[in-house]
Amino acid sequence: MTAYIIRRILYAIPILIGVNILTFLLFFVLNSPEDMARMHLGEKRVTEGAIASWKAERGYDMPLLYNAGAEGLGKISETIFFEKSLKLFRFEFGSSDSGRDIGHDISQRMWPSLAIAVPVLIIGLAVNITFALLIAFFRATYIDLWSVVLCVVLMSISSLFYIIGGQYLVSKLLHLVPISGYDTGISAIKFLVLPVIIGVIGGIGAGTRWYRTLFLEEINKDYVRTARAKGLSERVVLFRHVLKNAMIPILTGVVVVLPLLFTGSLITESFFGIPGLGSYTIDAINNQDFAIVRAMVFLGSVLYILGLLLTDISYTLVDPRVRLS
Amino acid sequence: MPRKPTFTALICLSLALLAGCGDGPWNNPYQDDPEVRNTFYSSFSTRPKHLDPVRAYSSDEYTFIAQVYEPPLQYHYLHRPYRLVPAAAAAMPEVRLFDADGERLPEGAAADAIAYSEYHITLRDDLRYQPHPAFARDAEGEWIYHTLDAEQLADKRSLGDFNERDSRAVTAADYAHQIKRIAFPSLHSPIRGLMSEHILGFEAFTEAVKEAHERQQGEGFFDLRPFPLEGVEVIDERRYSVRLKGHYPQFVYWLAMPFFSPMPWEAEAFYGQPGMKERNITLDWYPVGSGPFMLSENNPNLRMVLERNPHYHHEAYPDTGGAEDRAAGLLDDSGKTLPLIERAVYSLEKESIPRWNKFLQGWYDTSGIGSDSFDQAVTFGGGGEANLTEAMQERDIQLITAVQSSIFYLGFNMLDPVVGGYDEQARQLRRALSIAIDFEEFISIFLNGRGVAAQGPLPPGIFGHREGVQGINRTVYQVTPQGQHRRPIAEARRLLAEAGYPDGRDPQTGKPLILYYDTTATGPDDKARLNWMRKQFDKLGIELVIRASDYNRFREKMRKGTSQIFMWGWNADYPDPENFFFLLYGPNGKAEHGGENAANYASPAFDALFERMKNMPNNDQRQALIDEMMEILHRDAPWSWGFFPKAFSLHHAWYGNVKPNLMANNTLKYKRIDPAPRDEKRRAWNQPILWPILLILVILAVTSLPAIRIYRRRERSSAL
Repeated sequence: MTAYIIRRILYAIPILIGVNILTFLLFFVLNSPEDMARMHLGEKRVTEGAIASWKAERGYDMPLLYNAGAEGLGKISETIFFEKSLKLFRFEFGSSDSGRDIGHDISQRMWPSLAIAVPVLIIGLAVNITFALLIAFFRATYIDLWSVVLCVVLMSISSLFYIIGGQYLVSKLLHLVPISGYDTGISAIKFLVLPVIIGVIGGIGAGTRWYRTLFLEEINKDYVRTARAKGLSERVVLFRHVLKNAMIPILTGVVVVLPLLFTGSLITESFFGIPGLGSYTIDAINNQDFAIVRAMVFLGSVLYILGLLLTDISYTLVDPRVRLS
Repeated sequence: MPRKPTFTALICLSLALLAGCGDGPWNNPYQDDPEVRNTFYSSFSTRPKHLDPVRAYSSDEYTFIAQVYEPPLQYHYLHRPYRLVPAAAAAMPEVRLFDADGERLPEGAAADAIAYSEYHITLRDDLRYQPHPAFARDAEGEWIYHTLDAEQLADKRSLGDFNERDSRAVTAADYAHQIKRIAFPSLHSPIRGLMSEHILGFEAFTEAVKEAHERQQGEGFFDLRPFPLEGVEVIDERRYSVRLKGHYPQFVYWLAMPFFSPMPWEAEAFYGQPGMKERNITLDWYPVGSGPFMLSENNPNLRMVLERNPHYHHEAYPDTGGAEDRAAGLLDDSGKTLPLIERAVYSLEKESIPRWNKFLQGWYDTSGIGSDSFDQAVTFGGGGEANLTEAMQERDIQLITAVQSSIFYLGFNMLDPVVGGYDEQARQLRRALSIAIDFEEFISIFLNGRGVAAQGPLPPGIFGHREGVQGINRTVYQVTPQGQHRRPIAEARRLLAEAGYPDGRDPQTGKPLILYYDTTATGPDDKARLNWMRKQFDKLGIELVIRASDYNRFREKMRKGTSQIFMWGWNADYPDPENFFFLLYGPNGKAEHGGENAANYASPAFDALFERMKNMPNNDQRQALIDEMMEILHRDAPWSWGFFPKAFSLHHAWYGNVKPNLMANNTLKYKRIDPAPRDEKRRAWNQPILWPILLILVILAVTSLPAIRIYRRRERSSAL
């Protein structure tokens, strides 16, 4: 398995280089270094000299990808792309274009994102699996039918509606929790209740329906018939046998998103005023802060690759038949 | 036998725990400190980019730093028209004028004769900085935090990690130091270019420090003190002077902006140490001021907190104002020591819905009105006056409106071969378009009436603006016994025909004339506005092509002068007509000179009048010149004058001393909070309501009964 992991890590390098190039191109198609300078220096009374000076100080006065005026390797290395990208592979994110340490900012802002994402994942998983097993238990009854209809309805509603509706009902009408805001420590709980509940409810439709399908597929297999023939109750069959065997696809879905929990949710963080990484990224895009954008895209890519790798490893843990080679 | 806790009881218990088990409202977003009840609560939607007074220039930045830094002058809070009064200065600056031989000239000397002008500023003798680690010294008088090594910095991640703090008196040298910082190119002050045109020796100083800074190896504190700046002289501890080239009367307005606040060299020595920037401990993040407040918490992703500066000098609430101010109770606090509040908490609210709802619940003391909540808050009476709705009146919410010192205009690029130029045909085309584009309708449809159609570039409240019939743009409006009205569209069509486009048709092609409108409005919400704009041109048979692009591309077109028609805006720096007319001054043309004249308008007659007008005091002569300039502008119509936005803001009754002051940014110190009624209202408005939750649980329990029955039946049934 070690060889497999090393091979996968090596495969990741060209992927990350590709992602980096793509981010770079997309960003600079829309924003020139001059645009970035103007954005940072402000709208009023900005002189050309100030723009040139800003670009020079941050290394944005070099060619983007190829420096025709340089000698030898300098044609590649004396470019914005090379200068700005190389350190990422050492996980040195450097400073944002406004001068702040990106690594420190990420380390500060990932906690509020995790404070929402982790409970939503755990509670959501428990709720969705429970509902899906119950629906599977009541399969082919009107409860099954109407549950599926309800799931489709829940899936069809925009997450924005859940947020605004939740804030209106729970915070504005019932006055149970603050509408928005955040705090540190134990005081954060009252701010997290509503976004977590909304996150869980928003995921019930899709999650329950997906898990129901998985369980129904398992239910018709021979081992389930054998278990029933042994006289086990339906509850025991479902929760002990079916659930265990449906874990591989569930794990696939869960483990792959685990690393991405760090990157936060844009809409939820924005509406609830949570200072997480989702809002950090969108603020950077709006402020044309390339240093943060490339750092966040790079981090997201690394985490996604890590998630896929963890998924593969988790297969071997839940299913001894799977061998990584 | 103990009862088994029910699910419902558990839920209720959890909710109670989550709410903090207190007896106050559960939805209280603050951790109330009973010691500091005199706190102002508000929100901000855009995080400030800079808090260094040398760089900060936008309103979201001034919200904070104008309370922290104190420049020599400020605007009188109540007086209208706007009037400058001393802030950190002991008196208004003494202005001395000199000719080319260095001879003193009398006040009111002709601008041509003035070679230099000097502003002599004397500071108050009771100015002190807020407590800050940069001033901390040990028993031997050595700086505690000026020479920290990597080991000492290892555990420092914020300003709060430096325990020792001290203060010192503000000196004239600190004000001079800040002017040097404006000139220091690495700090990228937005007004460096402007000040280099006016302050003597500015460019030479810039070059000298630039070279020296480049010679300095590695990072670290770069001391500006040894470098002399010819135009700035420190006379003694409390007096300094600024020498300007020629005459620049608007300089006093700059002295009321945070750019000219004091900056202690110790702050630069402290923040400039190697390793500080890597730890995000910078002057741009942690201000060091002598103003009424100090920034005690800077987390712009969540909350910004200002607290009273314990070393702020004595300042009393103004005792002069108009009769309407007295009637409104704005003079009730006359003579009281400022600031009137202890603390101000600003929470980040990016979305308008939570912000609005929290205001209605009493968690914010003041709020703007978004377009989605406008109808909920405001109704218009028969005479067009804005009133609060019954729901707002029931909560004793107050409405304040003010026409802003800003303008949004539709500009014609004067370099464009179709809409530009100065011949009569081009003028007639622009005038025809100006009549057709009905900004009154625009304000009514898209701004909920929050604006005033402009007759020229000068907003109300700025010297030179004429109200009513006197100030009317007669090329677009006409006066009838019923009042002033936009000229009929038939007249616009006539002008268009005279311009060579009968029925809006291009004589060369015989097809409708095609004009191009550059805009950054690309979202779905903008579609209606763009359709409206097309319809305005369609009234004349002209086809308008929308060229939508992002703001970067839009700016690029403006810089290159390749746009044709565009919409842009300007927010005044200071209440002087020069600050608006310079947007149309030829040498400020954007395409050729990189200035702020986006329409690239260049009229020698207008420019000559502008040059005379800009240096004059506000008197009849200046008004006469302005009238002449307006006439030229109305005739040439380089802009279709657009509108002056009107700000609507709401505040609760417990928030006092509210008077819109569109020039002053340091108004927080005048505001008053009555905490007792606020506490009472907050409790009354935010009582938790639990019965719907219980009802939902009961419904869930009842609807699950059939499922339980089926479950039991299945469990009991046999396989076959």
